[in-house]
Amino acid sequence: MAKYIARRIIEAIPVIFGVSVLVFMLLHLIPGDPVTAILGERATPENVEAMRERLGLNKPLYEQYFIWVGNILQGDLGNTVRGNIPVANEIAARFPATVELSLAALFLSTIVGVPLGIISGIKRNSFIDTLTMFGALFGVSIPVFVLGLLLIFLFGVELGWLPFVGRLTSGVSIERRTGLHLIDAILSGNPRGFKDALEHLVLPTITLATVSLAIIARITRSAMLEVLNQDYIRTARAKGLKGRQVIMTHAFRNALLPVVTIIGLSLGRLLSGAVLTETIFAWPGVGKWLFDSIIARDYPIVQSMTLLIALVFIVINLAVDLLYAVIDPRIRY
Amino acid sequence: MEETKPLTLTEAPASPRAVLFVRQDILYDFLKRLWASPSARVGGVIVLLTLGIALGVTAFDNYDATRDSSLPDRYAEPDCVIGYVRAWLSGSEAAIPFSEMTCKHPFGADKIGRDIMRRVGHGMSVSLRAGLIAVALSLSVGTVVGLVGGYMSGWVDSVLMRTMDVILAFPSLLLAVAIVTVAGPSLRNGMIAVAITQIPVFARLARSMAISIRNTEYVMAAQSVGAGHGGILWRHVLPNSLAPLIVQTTLGLGTAVVETAALGFLGLGQQPPFPELGKMLAESQQSLASGKWWVMVFPGATIIMIVLGFNLLGDGLRDVLDPRLKK
Repeated sequence: MAKYIARRIIEAIPVIFGVSVLVFMLLHLIPGDPVTAILGERATPENVEAMRERLGLNKPLYEQYFIWVGNILQGDLGNTVRGNIPVANEIAARFPATVELSLAALFLSTIVGVPLGIISGIKRNSFIDTLTMFGALFGVSIPVFVLGLLLIFLFGVELGWLPFVGRLTSGVSIERRTGLHLIDAILSGNPRGFKDALEHLVLPTITLATVSLAIIARITRSAMLEVLNQDYIRTARAKGLKGRQVIMTHAFRNALLPVVTIIGLSLGRLLSGAVLTETIFAWPGVGKWLFDSIIARDYPIVQSMTLLIALVFIVINLAVDLLYAVIDPRIRY
Repeated sequence: MEETKPLTLTEAPASPRAVLFVRQDILYDFLKRLWASPSARVGGVIVLLTLGIALGVTAFDNYDATRDSSLPDRYAEPDCVIGYVRAWLSGSEAAIPFSEMTCKHPFGADKIGRDIMRRVGHGMSVSLRAGLIAVALSLSVGTVVGLVGGYMSGWVDSVLMRTMDVILAFPSLLLAVAIVTVAGPSLRNGMIAVAITQIPVFARLARSMAISIRNTEYVMAAQSVGAGHGGILWRHVLPNSLAPLIVQTTLGLGTAVVETAALGFLGLGQQPPFPELGKMLAESQQSLASGKWWVMVFPGATIIMIVLGFNLLGDGLRDVLDPRLKK
């Protein structure tokens, strides 16, 4: 097991290296000078030179790359170009908002998608199956930004049930412990904050979760259909086991592998969707921030964040592979 | 039981007409089976309809986006059928006689009085064109990469697939954003960026097909009579990999339409004042809070319709072309 994990980590190194080189090259290929973008067209040559010095842009490209890698390895992500604030502090301030939204969306899509998929698989071609599969098809076909605007219009503007801007109403505050508002509100015993944070979370979560929910429901259904045709299911039924026991311990457990795979992959998709969702709902996470930073050519932010995202992907994939062994004892590493 | 006749050499070279006849027969059979699948039927009709509207609008409506604005019509509500039905639903007093129904802006007008139906029509043709070009690019590059990698194996395969891994390590939308920022925001660069993010999907699919075909008897037979790698890839591996690639192309069209619209929504695609569905949705955000739903609903519904059409057609094609994938 430990050997397997070590091998996977070693295998990930070239990919991370490739990602970091690609990001670095891409950003430095962007036409125009970030320094003029920051200081404006009328900056004096001395100021421009000083700024280039501060950002290390006067050195050759490969040297800049190795300085950056060296700093990263020492835990120094650098300072933002706009504002000269440590990138690490900014990430720490914003990352929890994205994590909260992504986890909420993952939770919703799993808790709804998996049961819907199981029921559709058992009751194949029934009314509920047709309805679920049509809903799932619609779910994968509706773009995040269309769904977000529709929900804002229906539940925010017309019905006025739910807020659709930011994480909290101004005036409400939650003592920061983990950065996840719902958990912080529980930890500090703040029911008003909890209610407010939850209300703000509903629409962005539904927006972000829909595509994953649809995909999870479809995969669960097809995995169940495959397993339900196996001989051991017939055996289980023949020896008189109850229907629920057959479904949950014999069928679902064996259908779980593709379901876990797709849930893991969903997390990556959620990060992409977070850019659009955070833009629509003015959610103060890393998605919208990263988008703005790409546009503003804020190198240190973009480089650190892409590296962080690539790491998250690799960790998720590894976790999924290790989960296989837990679900299916025949798999050994 | 029918007797199987041994194939003799004199029978083997069929006349061109016979080949044509067989091909037509296959096409007919394929279309018949496709029509039997409800999702392919509905999806096919939607796709043909959207393509028809897009072609018709481009061919017959000469639209000059730079001059389109009519301030007296600012935020005009949808009239025509929708306006009539709404008035009828809201109560008899607002209802107008059917004969007096006007049809100036069936989908309403936006903040500078531009007709939304007209712009949605042109936006639809922009989205479809962008999707088609993007998928054509990623399909051709991805297929070559995947087939070569899978067929050659060894270090060629490793290098190609690790490159694909690097592309896949980014959330696709963010990679597209980065590429467009480098190349400059425009519809053309948006299409290229979306195409690049989609290449690994086709490459992996083509690779998996090439690996399974590489060891078949007919490939070994071709190798043993001295056929070159290029010829084998083109004449044996590619034709036998087509079914899943066609399915993925159809599904990829939906994804490409969404992604180009997402870039437009973020302001990185088609630049104003030219109509593009994503950009129209972004602009509708300001007026949404004051209840002007039509500015958002019609471009949104159009995107959903296009994507739904491709997804339904893709599902149907999968059932017909690739029974192994049918689940």
